[in-house]
Amino acid sequence: MSVDSMFVHKMWDETELSKMVPGGIPFPMLSDAAGRVGSTYGVYDPEAGVETRGRFIIDPDGIIQGYEVLTPPVGRNVAESLRQIRAFQLVRKTKGKEATPSGWQPGKPTLKPGIDLVGKVWEVWNTDMAFKD
Amino acid sequence: MAKELDISCARPVGSEVEGVLTDSNTKKHESKKEEKTMIMIGREAPDFTAPGYQNGNFLNFKLSDYRDKWVLLCFYPGDFTFV
Repeated sequence: MSVDSMFVHKMWDETELSKMVPGGIPFPMLSDAAGRVGSTYGVYDPEAGVETRGRFIIDPDGIIQGYEVLTPPVGRNVAESLRQIRAFQLVRKTKGKEATPSGWQPGKPTLKPGIDLVGKVWEVWNTDMAFKD
Repeated sequence: MAKELDISCARPVGSEVEGVLTDSNTKKHESKKEEKTMIMIGREAPDFTAPGYQNGNFLNFKLSDYRDKWVLLCFYPGDFTFV
């Protein structure tokens, strides 16, 4: 979603994006002229008249589970957005019985919060696990 | 899922956010004071409708149409820019 009109979205997809993504962009490109939606989400910059680089993860119940906002010069890390979505999906699937520790990747160990784990996280998890693949 | 938009040379009205006053819906909410809905983590994402483009079609999109799905809503400064 940007403040650009849907006409500009169409031309940008046709003239540039489809050269980077075969077949063009598969998902909706939304138009937020006057930044009403961006303002509500706290990412519209009225001085510049554009949206800053915010992204929001919204779960199937419509709840915001996470968001990240960057100033324009730095691009997002999409792999991180996908990692977070997978983590939230795991938490949701286990109904909160499992939580994902720092640096979690699909397949890596999760934590099972409970009274037995209090003061004993060090027995099941160490900081190296956050960084190795 | 999204409704096809009837477009003309007139610029589209743009997006609408649930509960936020715009010039066109002021009459409907005369008695309500204008409130700024701010988002909060762990709370419901404010619903909105916005025009857009997808796969060769102009459509109207409503966030609440995507209930029961995971949504990644991405804002960015501008088309034809660099990052």
